[in-house]
This record gives sequence, C-alpha cells and structure tokens, in this order.
Amino acid sequence: MKIYWQLFISFFKVGLFTFGGGYAMLPLLQKEVVNRGWATEDEVLDYYAIGPVTPGIVAVNVSTFIGYKTKGWLGALCTLLGIITPSVIIITLFASGLKYLWDYPVVRHAFAGIRLVIPALIIPILSKMIRKSVFDKFTFGILFFAFLLSFFEVLSPIYLIISSAILGISCKLIKRKAQ
Amino acid sequence: MIYLTLFYEFLKIGLFAVGGGLATIPFLFDLTNKFDWFSKEELVSMIALSESTPGPLGINMATYAGFQGGGVLGGIIATVGLVMPAFFVIIFIGKFYEKFKDSSIIQSIFYGLRPAVSMMITVFIIKVCMVIVELTPDFNRLIISAGLFVCYLLLILRYKCHPIFFILLGAVMGILLKL
Repeated sequence: MKIYWQLFISFFKVGLFTFGGGYAMLPLLQKEVVNRGWATEDEVLDYYAIGPVTPGIVAVNVSTFIGYKTKGWLGALCTLLGIITPSVIIITLFASGLKYLWDYPVVRHAFAGIRLVIPALIIPILSKMIRKSVFDKFTFGILFFAFLLSFFEVLSPIYLIISSAILGISCKLIKRKAQ
Repeated sequence: MIYLTLFYEFLKIGLFAVGGGLATIPFLFDLTNKFDWFSKEELVSMIALSESTPGPLGINMATYAGFQGGGVLGGIIATVGLVMPAFFVIIFIGKFYEKFKDSSIIQSIFYGLRPAVSMMITVFIIKVCMVIVELTPDFNRLIISAGLFVCYLLLILRYKCHPIFFILLGAVMGILLKL
C-alpha cells in the first residue's frame, strides 16, 4: 500500500514543480524516479520517445508509463493522479479569482527567476543522455540531422520519432546482413 | 448537460491530440467556434497563464477551459476526459514494452530513437534560452541573468540537491534581483 502512496506523492511533487511541462520535468524525474530505482535513465528516455507518438500530453504519458512499470495499472493510476492534481488545484484557484496575483511584480520576478533555473537543471542530465545514446557513426548522424530538423522545425516531433525509429531498424538490418 | 459535453469534447482532444500539450491548442481553438465557454482572446491569455503556472501545459489548459465551461467540477471533468485515452493507450503499450524491451527489434528501434529524442530536448533548451533572452527587459538584467545561469549550472554540477531546492532558489533570486 505504501508504494502507491509514494508514487502519488512523488508525482504530485513533480507536477507541482514542473514549469512548462514535458521535458522541464526531467530533473525532477531523475531525482524522484531514477534515484529510487523505479526506472533507469534509458527507460525514462524511451518513455520520452513513446510520449509524443501516443495520444495525450507527453508529461502525463511519461508519468503513466513509469507508474505502470513500477506497480502495474494501479501504479499508473497513482502517478497519473499525482501529476494532474497540483495543476487542477492551482488552475482552479487562479481561474476562480486569484488571477490578480499576476499583477504583483513580486510574482512576476519569482517566475522570471525560476525560468532561468530550468535549463541549468536539464543540461547536466542531457549531456549524460547524449553521451550514452551516441556512440557510433550512425547515432552521430541521427544526432546531427535530428538537431537540424527539429531546430528549424522542418519535421514535427511525431515524424522525427517515426523516421528515426525506421532508420534504427534499417541500420541494424543492414549491419546484420553485412556480417 | 454541460458536464457530459465537456467530458466528451476533452476525451476527443485527448484521443486525437498527438504530440503533447501544444498539440491541444488547435483543438481548443476549434472549441471556441462551437461553444461559448471561452473566446479566442481568452484562449490566448489562457495559454500564457498555463505556460507560467506549474504543471503540464495541456492539463492546465483543460482545467482552465473546463472551469470556464462548468465551474470547479467542469475543470475536473475536462481534465479527466483529456487524460483518459492516454491512460489506456499507455497501459496497453506498457505491457508490450515490458515484454519485448530486450528483443532485438525494440532495441534497434530505440538505437535510432534515443539520439533523436536527446536532440529534441536539446532544441527545447535552446528555445527556452532564446525566450528568456527575448523576455529580458534590459541589457543589465541580461548580464545578471547570464551570470546567475553559470552559477546555477556550477552549483547543480557540484551539489546533488533536490531540483525543488534550485527552483525555490531561482524564485528567491528572481525576487531579490528584480529579474
């Protein structure tokens, strides 16, 4: 029973301190999920690959996946409820009249300060991810083209993911034939 | 019955918006043509609000839109409708992934996917940094921000504190330095 509560609380924290959604929750996942042994770094990266090609919000999909992996469908329900509850409470409060908070300079300064921390938190995790996933000519090629295509918004995330999956399979097939 | 309509409309968005929070925006624009829950102008300010409050963008938007349509319960129902398709799809994929993740076909898919996803995250960080620079009102603050950013990065690399600590530190520094 305790593990379900832990899953809920961990993802409640992730939801409460994620500004911008999706990738911005990566540092919190590292702390709450990877360090607890609920999923490995590679698995989290895999969930991020699956997130944008399945229906729904990436942050929710990744959370549900981790919950399912840890404790089946009930675990998935706990992480899902955990990630959405803070949003529902905060937005309901804002919408029902706390919108004037936005006019206070203190609030705006605080959020500007937070915005600056998010990239600094992600960069160390990201550099580790790149070092782990790029180790030969092929993966370096994918890295290069994926960067250009996504920076200049040539391909939407869905097509980028589908095409690099197809390239991954074809590359392995060609290698196997060559052997 | 407003609740049933809200649930049905957001269930559809959850099922067909593939690619994360931003992918729900065209669907929400479509809602403004069909219902009087919120206007197009309100939608734009909703997007701004959802981006700077904690929590995944897509969830924030659903709660806000549902609240405008049907109060507190409306917000909850819209959010549940939005995440329900993803919940079942992810559990289905999760079963498959756990069973076959060590198979050579899944491994070769992720061999191509991992570098691509790490580049999508890289591009996300670069774009966040570009937005921060754009939003910084003057040159002095830009220099201060750049200095702070380097300090954060060094602190994060050196000390393994919880990300929440750094986020709160960012908020405090933002208020103190009037960012």
